[in-house]
Amino acid sequence: MTHDPVVSVEGLVKAYGSVHALDGLDLEIAAGTVCAVLGPNGAGKTTAIRVLSTLVTPDAGRARVLGHDVVEQPGEVRRSIGLAGQHAAVDDDLTGRENLQILGRMLHLGRRGARARATELLDRFDLAEAADRLVKTWSGGMRRRLDLVASFVVVRPVLLLDEPTTGLDPRSRTEIWATVRELVAGGTTVLLTTQYLEEADHLADQVVIVDRGRSVATGSPADLKATVGVRIDVEVEDVAAAARALGALAGSEPEVDPDRRRVSAATLDGALTLPAVVRHLDAAGVVVRDVALRRPTLDEVFLQLTGAAA
Amino acid sequence: MSTLPLTDGAAAATRILTKLRHDPAGIALTLGAPVVLVLVFGFVFGPAIAVPGSGDYREYLVPGLFVVIAFNPIPSMVSMARDAGRGSVDRFRSLPISRAAIPFGQAAATAVYGVLCLLLMALCGLAVGWRIHTGIGPALGALGILVAVQFAATWIGMYLGLVIGREDTASQLAVLVFPFAMLSNIFVPTAGMPAWLRTLADWNPFSTFSAAVRTLLGNPTAPTNGALPLEYPVLGSLAWAAVLLLVFVPLCTVRYARTER
Ligand SMILES: Nc1ncnc2c1ncn2[C@@H]1O[C@H](COP(=O)(O)OP(=O)(O)OP(=O)(O)O)[C@@H](O)[C@H]1O
Ligand SMILES: [Mg+2]
Repeated sequence: MTHDPVVSVEGLVKAYGSVHALDGLDLEIAAGTVCAVLGPNGAGKTTAIRVLSTLVTPDAGRARVLGHDVVEQPGEVRRSIGLAGQHAAVDDDLTGRENLQILGRMLHLGRRGARARATELLDRFDLAEAADRLVKTWSGGMRRRLDLVASFVVVRPVLLLDEPTTGLDPRSRTEIWATVRELVAGGTTVLLTTQYLEEADHLADQVVIVDRGRSVATGSPADLKATVGVRIDVEVEDVAAAARALGALAGSEPEVDPDRRRVSAATLDGALTLPAVVRHLDAAGVVVRDVALRRPTLDEVFLQLTGAAA
Repeated sequence: MSTLPLTDGAAAATRILTKLRHDPAGIALTLGAPVVLVLVFGFVFGPAIAVPGSGDYREYLVPGLFVVIAFNPIPSMVSMARDAGRGSVDRFRSLPISRAAIPFGQAAATAVYGVLCLLLMALCGLAVGWRIHTGIGPALGALGILVAVQFAATWIGMYLGLVIGREDTASQLAVLVFPFAMLSNIFVPTAGMPAWLRTLADWNPFSTFSAAVRTLLGNPTAPTNGALPLEYPVLGSLAWAAVLLLVFVPLCTVRYARTER
């Protein structure tokens, strides 16, 4: 295995009129790892994926896949990548099997090869039962899974996935995650975009947080958690007492919602456990109706990292 | 670039033809309008419309309806706009294949479908009394012109679909084609129109194509009013088709194959 990055992006710039979709994006992905690009709507995630998949020419900067420049050697790049874009690319008015077979023929597997590959993929990813129904009769989760499968009809070293789980229910999301892990276990390098911190946490070796076309933080999920910490949410009778107690425990100024009788505080103490929170509040004489520890939302992370709401 | 553009184009054609196979209702709709027009114009308005040389109106009408079916960019426009609006065009562009082969494959598939629709229209025509009065040669010539016209319409449609890039917008534009077809000699001879409108109608390519098909099939033709394309309708139709193809094939192919700026 070489130590050169499989995907490298340096100072990528792309403007649409006065909007800077990409404004100096930097990124490096090592072989066989998953990089999650995390950012809110309009951050430039899709534009980055489109540059890397040779669909859009950047205004400035460089992007390379396996050492091939996306502008100078688009053919080599296309031979190295699989793409599942933000908008599903499967045809609703074909069956699942036909979708995969036609792609297989376009990828020069031959009629028989394409048929065999389609059957293999449908079986392996649990789509065999619906395979011969028109895709428009499928559930959203199955469609998204087919779209993902369609991006590796021929397995390429690099997979580019633009928000592969947005809009899916938790079960479908878990299935997509399992598929991605399976591909990575087989040696594929994955770049995926997401708006969910949880998804980045579950899947990624490396997380790049982008805002307004540039990366504002890069690191492992563990690094990131250490930066953004966890949040404690409680629902109580006496919000004032709870705010005092939580403030002391978390070491930060809690947010209070008196109408819904909720108090929420951020803490950098990654080792904090739920029982410890309950014991602390109990000791302070606070009657707790509900309590939870959770990852901050993307909005809260942005507030913390950029000082501006996402 | 791939060394196998034929394979790529064939796969793209298979995609379109397979979609059509799943959609018999779509074929019925494509044919529905002309069949309704045969009934309405042939039997309701027809008796009141005077055809030059006291010919039968339905003999005059049916060749025009062939042209209505053939010169229709809407289906390929809507389908390409849909592909561009969803991720299909993006996915095909991201594959290591000949990008230009895709629109060629789609146009070829649409031509196969178009010939099928023309044959079905011919059966409807025969049922209402339309006949071919020449020989097999001119009849094949008429078919050839209709296929060329249909091919040109497909390329216009695919190009517009790529530019529009949204299925809903493309569908809304569909209503524009019919008035354009009405403003021609397809349904009525143009002689009764005000002079300025008649000039427009006589130069409308719909008129040229209809006149060519009528001439080649020995059906009644409208007076030419001295309009050049109608004096030489077959040549005129070939010229129209050639110009449209020369403009829209490169436009569409380049647009499909480009990397966005
Ligand atoms: N073709 C285009 N024309 C004009 N503006 C564009 C175009 N593509 C993207 N933009 C703009 O560039 C910015 C970044 O868009 P991009 O789609 O990359 O964001 P994103 O992170 O993928 O957002 P989302 O989460 O909504 O998918 C946005 O402000 C968007 O409006
Ligand atoms: Mg996006």
